[in-house]
Amino acid sequence: MSTKLKDLAKKREILESGHRMCAGCGAPVAVRQILMGAPDDVELVIANPTGCLEVSTTIYPFNSWNASYIHCGFENVASTLSGTEAAYRSLKRQGKIEEDYRFVAFGGDGGTYDIGLQALSGVLERGHRMVYVCYNNEAYMNTGIQRSSATLKGAWTTTSPHGKESFGKTENRKDLTGIVAAHNIPYAAQASISHWRDVVRKAQKAFEADGPSFINILAPCHRGWRYPMEQTIELARLAVQTCVWPLYEVENGVWNLTTKVKKKKPLEEYLKLQGRFAHLFTEQNQEALQSIQEYVDRDWERILRLCGETEE
Amino acid sequence: MALLESKTVALVGNDAVAEAMRQVNPDVVAAYPITPQTDIVQTFSAMAADGLVKTELVNVESEHSAMSACIGAAASGARVMTATCSQGLALMWELLYIASGLRLPIVMPNVNRALSAPINIHCDHGDSMGARDSGWIQLFSENAQEAYDNIIQAVRISEHPDVYLPVMVLLDGFIISHAVDRMDLMEDEKVRNFIGERSEPYTMLDSKNPTCVGPFDGLYGYFFEFKRQQEEAMKNSFQVIQDVGKEFEKISGRSYGLFQTLGMEDAEFVVIAQGSGAGTIRHQVECMRSSGIPVGMIKLRSFRPFPAKQLVELLSGVKAVAVFDRSDTFAGGMGGPVFIELRSSFYEQEKKPLITNYIYGLGGRDLSIALVKQAMQEIHEMASSGRVKQMVNYLGLKE
Repeated sequence: MSTKLKDLAKKREILESGHRMCAGCGAPVAVRQILMGAPDDVELVIANPTGCLEVSTTIYPFNSWNASYIHCGFENVASTLSGTEAAYRSLKRQGKIEEDYRFVAFGGDGGTYDIGLQALSGVLERGHRMVYVCYNNEAYMNTGIQRSSATLKGAWTTTSPHGKESFGKTENRKDLTGIVAAHNIPYAAQASISHWRDVVRKAQKAFEADGPSFINILAPCHRGWRYPMEQTIELARLAVQTCVWPLYEVENGVWNLTTKVKKKKPLEEYLKLQGRFAHLFTEQNQEALQSIQEYVDRDWERILRLCGETEE
Repeated sequence: MALLESKTVALVGNDAVAEAMRQVNPDVVAAYPITPQTDIVQTFSAMAADGLVKTELVNVESEHSAMSACIGAAASGARVMTATCSQGLALMWELLYIASGLRLPIVMPNVNRALSAPINIHCDHGDSMGARDSGWIQLFSENAQEAYDNIIQAVRISEHPDVYLPVMVLLDGFIISHAVDRMDLMEDEKVRNFIGERSEPYTMLDSKNPTCVGPFDGLYGYFFEFKRQQEEAMKNSFQVIQDVGKEFEKISGRSYGLFQTLGMEDAEFVVIAQGSGAGTIRHQVECMRSSGIPVGMIKLRSFRPFPAKQLVELLSGVKAVAVFDRSDTFAGGMGGPVFIELRSSFYEQEKKPLITNYIYGLGGRDLSIALVKQAMQEIHEMASSGRVKQMVNYLGLKE
C-alpha cells in the first residue's frame, strides 16, 4: 500500500473536522495518521475508552466519526471491542453480514497503561483481530493532568507536583510496548506523530495483521506538557531525536528499529521546551535530571540490543 | 451432550440453564467462571466444543470484561448472553448501568450467592439486590424448571421494542444450581420459534447506517430524558412480562406472570417470598390450610419491575403480611429490600395490612420447615392480635 501524500490525500476522512479537541492537540493528528493506514475496502468500527478523544468527538447529538463508534467505560475499551469483534465473526459466519470489518480502539495512556491494562492483556491473549492504538500524552489529561504510569520521571503533574521535597514524578515509566510485545501478538510498534509516514506504514501493517495489533503513539498535549500549542509536532520529533521515545516495531517476534538516531540529542533540549520539566533546571534537582538522562540512555541501549543494532 | 427433546428429565439447575442457553443459541456468550455459576459456563463450553451452538464463545479474563464484551456485541446486533453471581456481579456493577442505559437486550442468569465479607459461597440474594437500581429486569426462579423457563422468556422480554432492557434471571446458588430437579424440557424447534430472530433498528455492523453508541452527554444535557425513558421502558415491561408469560403457557403448559399466588381467595394472613425459599414456605402454607388456617402466599417472580399496584390490590384486604427477605439493606432497622418496597407501596392506602419482615438464609443458612413453622405461628398471632410484635425479625440465627 502507498504511503505517498498524493494517495493518502484521497483517502476518506474517518475523523471529521468540527470536533472539540484543543487546537494543537496531538491526539486527532495521531488518529488521522493511523486511519490513513486502514484499507479502503473495509468498514470500520471505532472505540474509545473515556477520555479527551471520546468527550470531544461524540458530544450528543453531534458526532465526528464517519464510521460506527462505541464508548462503554474507562477501563474496558479492549474488552468492549472484543465483544463487537466476536459478534462480527459470529454474524459473518452465519452469513448475516457481507462486508469486511476492521476494529480500532483509541485509548489514552491512562486508559491503556493503567486502568485498562487487564482488559487489553485479555484481548491480546485471546487473539481478537483489532488494532489497539494508545495515543500517549503521558498523563491523565482529560481529568486535568494527573500522573499515569506512562509519565516520564521528573515530570510535574497535579498528582506528582514538585516542591521542597519533590522533583516531580519519582518513578520511571512502565514499558507498555514491551509488555504488549510479550503477549507474542503479530504486530506491536512505537510511533510518533512527527514521523507521519512511519505511522502510516505501521498502521498499514497493524491493519494487515491477522490478530491483535498494537501501536503506542506519542501524541503531545500542550496543556499538560506546558509548551506553546504550535510546537506539538516539534516536541514529538525531539522525543525521537533525544531517544526518549524510540521508534521500533515488533513484527511476529522480530524487533526492528524503524528510525535510526545517528546523533542522539541531549535530553535537556527536549525537557527545556516543556513547563512540566522547568523545575528540573535548578541546582537542587541536578541529580534528578541526571538520573532521567541515565534512564533514557539505558533504555535506548536496551532497545538497540533488542533490535539487533549493537554488537553485544 | 444434547439432551433428548421434549421430555421430563432430572437436571441440576445449572445444567437446566445451560440447556436453555443451547436452545436460545446466542450469537455471542462472554463469560467468566465463579462458584456456584461455573457449571453453566463449563457445560455451555462443552456444547460449543461439540458444535451444538453457533455461538462465538469469548472466555474473558474477568466479569468486568464479560459484561463489557456483551455490551460491545449486543450493540452490534448480536443476541448475547453471559452468566455470573456474587463478586462477579459486583465486579460488573458499573457496566450493568451502561448495558441498561444503552438499552441493550442482554440476558444474564445470576446464580444468587452471598457477597463477601466474610467470604461465603452459598446462597442469599444480596448480590442481585445490590443491582436492583441498575435498570435491569430481575426475575426470580423457584427451581430449575423456572430458571429454564425464565431464560427463554427473558429473551423475548428484553428484545421487545417497548422494553429493550437487559434481564437478569435469578436462581439460588447450590439450592437450585446444584440440586437435581425433575423438570420438563421443550423441543428445540418450539423454543426457537418462540424466541424468533433478533431484529434491531440500530447496530454498529450496519454499513449503510453507521451507528454511534454511547456518545457523551456532558454539554447538551439529555441525560435526564434518557433516564426517564428508561423508567418508562421498565413500566412497559409489566405488560410485556405478562404477555410473554401467557404466550409461553400456550407452548409449555406452565403459567407465568409477575407473581404466583396460593390461597389468596380467603387468606387472612399472607407470606411473600422469592426464590427457592418459596417451595419450603408453600409446603407449610398447604399444611396449615389443610388444617383450616386461612393463610395465603405470594411468590414474587418479578422484583424489577416491582408490581406494587397489583400487590396492593391483592393484599389490602388481608390482616397481616410477612415478607421473607434473603438479604438485608443495612439501613439501620428498615428491613430487607422486598419488605421496604412492599411497605412503601401501601403508604397512600387507607386500608392496609400489618406488615412484618423475616430476614432469613443469609450466606446459605438453611430455611427449615421448623423455622417457617415458627414464623407462621408468629404471623398468625399477629393477625389475630392486630399488633406487630417486631417489625424486622432475623429467622434462624445461632446467636
